[in-house]
Amino acid sequence: MSAHRATPAWLALIPAAWLAVFFLIPFAIMLSVSVAHRVPGGFFEPGFEIDSYARLMTPFFGRILMTSVAVAAGAAAICVVLAFPFTVILAGMRARGQTLVLVVLLAVLSLSEVIIGFSLSTLLSRTAGVGNLLAWAGLIAEPRAYTPGLFALMLGLCYLGLPYAVLVLYPPVSRLDPELGEAARIMGASPLRVFWTVTVPVLRAPIAGAFVLVFVFTLGAYLLPQLLGRPRHWTLSVHITDQAIFQSNLPFAAAMAVVLLLVSLALVGVSLLLGRGGARA
Amino acid sequence: MTELSLRGLTKRFGAMTAVDDVSLDIPEGRFVCLLGPSGCGKTTLLRLIAGLEAPSSGAVLVAGRDQTDTPAHKRDFGMVFQSLALFPHLSVAENVAYPLAIRGVDRATRRNRAAELLQMVRLPDLGDRRIHQLSGGQRQRVAIARGLAINPRVFLLDEPLSALDANLREHMQMELRQLQQRLGVTTVVVTHDQKEALTMADILILMDGGRVQQVGAPMELYRDPANAFVAGFIGNTNLLRGHLRGREMAVAGTTLTLDDGDRIKAPDGPAILSVRPEDTRIAARGVPARVTFLRDLGESVQVVMDMDGTEVTALFAPRDRPDVSLGDSVHLAFEPGRRVVLPA
Repeated sequence: MSAHRATPAWLALIPAAWLAVFFLIPFAIMLSVSVAHRVPGGFFEPGFEIDSYARLMTPFFGRILMTSVAVAAGAAAICVVLAFPFTVILAGMRARGQTLVLVVLLAVLSLSEVIIGFSLSTLLSRTAGVGNLLAWAGLIAEPRAYTPGLFALMLGLCYLGLPYAVLVLYPPVSRLDPELGEAARIMGASPLRVFWTVTVPVLRAPIAGAFVLVFVFTLGAYLLPQLLGRPRHWTLSVHITDQAIFQSNLPFAAAMAVVLLLVSLALVGVSLLLGRGGARA
Repeated sequence: MTELSLRGLTKRFGAMTAVDDVSLDIPEGRFVCLLGPSGCGKTTLLRLIAGLEAPSSGAVLVAGRDQTDTPAHKRDFGMVFQSLALFPHLSVAENVAYPLAIRGVDRATRRNRAAELLQMVRLPDLGDRRIHQLSGGQRQRVAIARGLAINPRVFLLDEPLSALDANLREHMQMELRQLQQRLGVTTVVVTHDQKEALTMADILILMDGGRVQQVGAPMELYRDPANAFVAGFIGNTNLLRGHLRGREMAVAGTTLTLDDGDRIKAPDGPAILSVRPEDTRIAARGVPARVTFLRDLGESVQVVMDMDGTEVTALFAPRDRPDVSLGDSVHLAFEPGRRVVLPA
């Protein structure tokens, strides 16, 4: 006879309750605000109108949504492409070296988006930035600014997202059976082919997971696009902040947030499906 | 013809010498078992042969050609790993055909060859399954089929059956042996299980401490061990310390005169007499001992005795059961012609 009892069924209610309190209720409030009636120059009154959503259905906001998704997906893709080989090499290092690298990565996580944004805007500026260094080395004719621009924005987002990608990839990569790669080598695969035909496909699900995490994370970034990007690189998150705080248009901000949430949920679903399909197909 | 030759192969990891100056010649088509206790260097030796480790010194020759510096993926070997290392992202047939796909073989040929190989390991119709849908024994067969896909020059297996339960393991040992005999592929299997080695091997290579202790046919190692380690590792044996002088061996105060058939492998002086339990008899005269344990094993009767502080085991067929009981004082005799004197 076992002394252990089966987990009581009511235990499942705890995560459900948490999800309801911290996610569903706020989301319901946001949903109700998004259909509320805006009082120009003031706040909003309860109501049901789809004006805010209608306003979103314009090419202008469509373009912003596309920009947001493209910027986040781009940053996520760059992070995964950089983080995956990095993590494979990291997992092959001695235990002490691995710890050191992971500690440095965790230290990077302690920096706030604001600090990263301002540091990069200084570092990439014309007067005090790397342009001076390149000019001094004779690589470019005279110092130039690299910010604001897409390059600076991507640099910032990747700096933010890369540690997350590595931390998501590290456990599965370090658990990967080294005999899989060795078996492929015995069977005639060069190290590069082992990487492409075994390492990458076996780890397809974690790769998709890392992509999704960085994607969602950078989709919500609203400081870096303002600090490092040009207005045309502003993402939906920036506009939500703008509408909510500076334009005092909460219904419109809420509508944008709802749309952003739905779009990102859909993309997360698709990515996870692709990752899991890869593990089976 | 010698297919696989090792010349002074040595592998050091820091201060530790895992494989110490191993030289071997393995004829074509033989089934070789690398046997030894864990940590004896047998897996490292297999990895050196495979090219997964670079030797500190020495050479690996295949059909007379030096392959020491050939990378693992250019050796055209087949290998079955301890973890089997089947690819979870590929189907059974794709796993088996992987070495062909790497070599650019076209899809139709690959499919036919995979079907042929799965037929050979008695797994037809499972080609479309996923690895996680297979049982342990089925995975084992898939790994063997994959290792043989390119008709390798040398087929290497690292403790291939260790994950299977006892019954299935014995069955797979016979099956693997039969398959190897049918294909005639030069095969090297690492194992720590002496029964497995005795079942499968043409040639046994017994290792300890990174060194080869003895090479030979299984029965040769059993009947004619080179040293006390070999005698003790292959089957059970009684190792009795004594003193050798010419053909006289003094054991526990009694002098035994050795026969022509007995093997003397030690110089005069302190030596070890090795006698198998089935060659140990209870007689009217001989070395005095006292019965300390008796047990009936059904197919045999085991009598354990204390001989001047040394434990000696004798094994009898049920109808030869000696009339002794616990605590009896008896005399031991050792079958002439089956005694081996080994260096102390």
